[in-house]
Amino acid sequence: MVIINFKTKDGQVISTEGRKGSLMELARDNNVKGIDGDCGGVCSCATCHIYVAPEDTDKFPTASDIEKDMLEFEDNTTEHSRLACQLEINESLNNITLTVANE
Amino acid sequence: MDDPFEEARLERGYEQIDDQNDPVVMVLRHKDVRKCAHQWKTFQSGAKPGRIVVPSEVNIRDTRQIPFEVDPPEHGAYRALMEEWFRRPLLPDYEASLTDIIDDIIDGALQTNNLEVVEQFALPLQSRALTLLLNIPHEESEVWISWGTHVFRSDDTKLDASKATILYDYIDTQIEKAISLPGDDLYSKLLASDFQDRKLTKEEVKGVMILTFAGGRDTIINYVTNTIAYLGNHPEALQLIKEQPEICNRAVEELVRYFSPLTHMGRVVKEDTYVCEHAILKNTRISLCWASANRDASVFEHPNEVVLDRKVNPHVAFGFGTHKCLGATHARQLMKVLLKSLSKKVQSIKIIDQKENVEEWGTINRKVGYDALNVSFHSN
Ligand code: HEM
Ligand code: FES
Repeated sequence: MVIINFKTKDGQVISTEGRKGSLMELARDNNVKGIDGDCGGVCSCATCHIYVAPEDTDKFPTASDIEKDMLEFEDNTTEHSRLACQLEINESLNNITLTVANE
Repeated sequence: MDDPFEEARLERGYEQIDDQNDPVVMVLRHKDVRKCAHQWKTFQSGAKPGRIVVPSEVNIRDTRQIPFEVDPPEHGAYRALMEEWFRRPLLPDYEASLTDIIDDIIDGALQTNNLEVVEQFALPLQSRALTLLLNIPHEESEVWISWGTHVFRSDDTKLDASKATILYDYIDTQIEKAISLPGDDLYSKLLASDFQDRKLTKEEVKGVMILTFAGGRDTIINYVTNTIAYLGNHPEALQLIKEQPEICNRAVEELVRYFSPLTHMGRVVKEDTYVCEHAILKNTRISLCWASANRDASVFEHPNEVVLDRKVNPHVAFGFGTHKCLGATHARQLMKVLLKSLSKKVQSIKIIDQKENVEEWGTINRKVGYDALNVSFHSN
């Protein structure tokens, strides 16, 4: 089990436990506000937008061009933006805190 | 299903077509379609009602469709009233009722050895499912089914005002009913909503309801009918879903990409600009061609193949950006339940006869679905 925290727009921190699957699925299954995951994780809706803190960036593989292009058109995109459906849960993420981008 | 846009997309990136002397430049590349959809200030939806639809409906409709024919910031204010309602398909009760409706229709289909899918399967399925979205009694769907598939388009003239009137009059009546006897239905909910410190007008409620009926009818019917035809021609696909039901979500996205039930949607140009180095003049029209973008080989590997478990699939079948489809949650849930129920109850689908529905966009012909599709379902 890996503990992953999601900080939502209204300042709440929701602590979740996951084993496998994507961070979008984990957040959606735990009703994290602002992560809707409309397309189910195929990178076509951008309703799973999160920010990864600078010190945690290395824990994830870099974004594909398709993910980057999707984020390019999103409101609130910064250099720390990622789509949670493109990120898999793994051991190195234990106790990480991710920030949800949208309300 | 071929991709009729490929040559024009690769050569120029756009295709110019006429439409009742109000020509349209169809934007064909994935990147350009998303870019133009994003630039709502330059490419406007809030034009004269009916003008962003191709073929244009300016001569047959005055009611503005909401939120579809409205630009930000009003657009966002309207959508805020509706978003939560249109997410109800995710509730367990909704899914259970949808499953009952779909199971029932499939059981009926298994009883006949010659089923015409458009009228006898897709239309009843779409209509009965819509009663859930509107939260009204199931029986009301009988009225909509009785209109047939051509209430908004007629075979001969494409734009038939008298047929559209059936729907508009019906909606007026339903709005009056909801005013005199409010309930838990979408009409009543809209009538009671606060919009910028006032209630929505009847005309605004009508604008939402027309869109809910029109936007969710042919699209769903084509989505469902194409899927049945596909499963008939590809028994291995049905088998794959049986063995790996967890791919259903990806399959729903892939099928909507591949079929792109809504070919394109227009915008009115607010200032002189360029698309693919082609000059576009103020007050002319472009269209965002979802169907072409969804076959763009610079984005999709093997774009002309159905890869049911396609993992990364940034399709634009439900639109992109500001106006992305409000009915997508309902449409996705409907398809997910349909695939699951079919894989449980049906072993094979045999195609008996078919008549394709081919759209003509200038010199380009696109098969969007079927006028008729005769099949038989087999349970073993
Ligand atoms: C497979 C089925 C469907 C497809 C492929 C589809 C496709 C689309 C597309 C491409 C758009 C964007 C239009 C634009 O950018 O101008 C759109 C918008 C819309 N659709 Fe759908 N649609 C489907 C089903 C439905 C259903 C079932 C409903 C409702 C019952 C619906 C209601 C709407 C509404 C209200 C909008 C306007 C949203 C806005 O302007 O903010 N659609 N749809
Ligand atoms: S869930 Fe749709 S892009 Fe991530």
